[in-house]
Amino acid sequence: MAYTIGEKVATREAYGKALVEFGNNENIVVLDADLSKSTKTDGFKKTYPERFINMGIAEGNMMATAAGLATCGKTVFASSFAMFAAGRAFEQIRNSIAYPKLNVKIGATHAGISVGEDGASHQCLEDIGIMRTIPNMIILNPADAVESRLAVKAAIEHNGPVYLRFGRLAVPTIFGDDYKFEIGKGVMLEDGTDVTIVATGLMVPAALDAKKILAEEGISARVVNIHTIKPIDRDIIAKAAKETGALVTAEEHNIIGGLGSAVAEVLAEECPVPLKRVGTQDVFGRSGKPAALLEMYGLDAKTIAEKAKEAIAKKNA
Amino acid sequence: MNAERIKELQIAASDIRKMALEAVYSAGAGHPGGSLSVADILAYLYLEEMNVDPKDPKNPDRDRFVLSKGHCSPALYGALAEKGFIPKEDIKGFRNINSYLQGHPDMKGVPGVDMSTGSLGQGISAACGMAKAAKLDNKDYRVYTVLGDGEIEEGQVWEAAMFAAHYQLDNLTAFLDFNGLQIDGDITKVMNPCPIDEKFKAFNWNVITIDAHNFEEIEKAVNEAKTVKGKPTIIIAKSTKGKGVSFMEGQAAWHGAAPNQEQYEQAIAELNDYIASVGGAK
Repeated sequence: MAYTIGEKVATREAYGKALVEFGNNENIVVLDADLSKSTKTDGFKKTYPERFINMGIAEGNMMATAAGLATCGKTVFASSFAMFAAGRAFEQIRNSIAYPKLNVKIGATHAGISVGEDGASHQCLEDIGIMRTIPNMIILNPADAVESRLAVKAAIEHNGPVYLRFGRLAVPTIFGDDYKFEIGKGVMLEDGTDVTIVATGLMVPAALDAKKILAEEGISARVVNIHTIKPIDRDIIAKAAKETGALVTAEEHNIIGGLGSAVAEVLAEECPVPLKRVGTQDVFGRSGKPAALLEMYGLDAKTIAEKAKEAIAKKNA
Repeated sequence: MNAERIKELQIAASDIRKMALEAVYSAGAGHPGGSLSVADILAYLYLEEMNVDPKDPKNPDRDRFVLSKGHCSPALYGALAEKGFIPKEDIKGFRNINSYLQGHPDMKGVPGVDMSTGSLGQGISAACGMAKAAKLDNKDYRVYTVLGDGEIEEGQVWEAAMFAAHYQLDNLTAFLDFNGLQIDGDITKVMNPCPIDEKFKAFNWNVITIDAHNFEEIEKAVNEAKTVKGKPTIIIAKSTKGKGVSFMEGQAAWHGAAPNQEQYEQAIAELNDYIASVGGAK
């Protein structure tokens, strides 16, 4: 399944296609809660109807049923919007999936404010924080279609619970066919010496743009992609702190509980340096066009560049 | 089932009750009331009905059991010990920091436990997943689960009930341990789930009502469930909370309280008397 660099593809689309691509594995069962057209599990449903189960609008039951299937040897994908997967079904995920460490992959789409017009009720900005506190849980937040495909493959190969976070919005493909993906390994996309931008999900292309803005001002920024929020790659973060002396995190999530918090924890324990966090600032979203919302809430290259300069200024403060 | 076998099960169920009480007494905490009410059902399933083997607890073709009302783990551990999954001497470690017998069942830690439960409403969903897996794999194992009557106040139970009927999970048999009491008292006063039979009928389940303490009725219902095609079965088992211990019977206060030494000794004596009355050794 090839994607062209620059091609705009929603990560949920790539998720749906990857389920079809890897779905010939007879153990895979896909569950959805009446949202298959939106979560894009409908492709799997068409190709492997006997292994697709529509659960109706009942996310709690879906997660615990997924757990039951997994006890019988199935590799289960359970899909819904991030809000209803991580939010509504938190406790089923915690007690029935993560606690017994069952082989369930939570395919959570429509994460973040880029959901757009549906508004605050559907813009999940808390899911990383919620999932991060659960033992045994792995959290993958891919940046583009290529990474989404590889994340699904890695999730299938991993025996245990995985939370996969996908977006509704079409985002540019930034990785080529030779891109390597390993759970728990951050990826340095661009080297730099003055500051490191640690980004995840659709903020990765924004981070690459921010590097260009900073370069025009003579600032050299390193860009690190953290696709695995948990377990987080402590080494790449500590190394960036030692070598660049200041960090900015960028995520489409509340700055509380998500990537920014995870990075802050690593810095505090390994190598304290100035840190600024780009993300939603502990507020709910609202209806609007995705691009306008991302700008309104400061989830863009311009804000990352500003915060990078603030972090650099604190180095010698 | 002949009279001799009924006696054997009555004795085994009393042994399960004694172990459940030993667990709660040793821990100084736990849930004796519902453990005593569900003991006969567990004795029947583990000792008479289910295809499970303590020597091969993970056999993929085995029947499954999910204790959806996971707080009645003392009875489940008693049944597992009676069947030979765990040593009887481990029972007294219940809830102890050094024991694998946690307050609620942990499938990773206890041989023979098919699903970790304790958070009400989730076990029946997991049982649905197991039953659906059997259908996907064309396997003929059956899945059993026990719900508490208070537990069905959880909305998830009805999500699962819809699912099981929609996917025609006729390999799923749920018991409802209908003892009429939950922590805060009479279920009809706390949050009335009645009429329970009509609700499950409306959800397209096959519904059977029995006496939870009568092995012939349990056997008849379990066998009937196996003949019903296209529908899951719920066996509404009218039970007595605290069954077998005079001062615990019908008392909501014994939902989640441990007996003191005197009470424990009296309870064991009563159960021993019962065992003797049906012809067993004390």
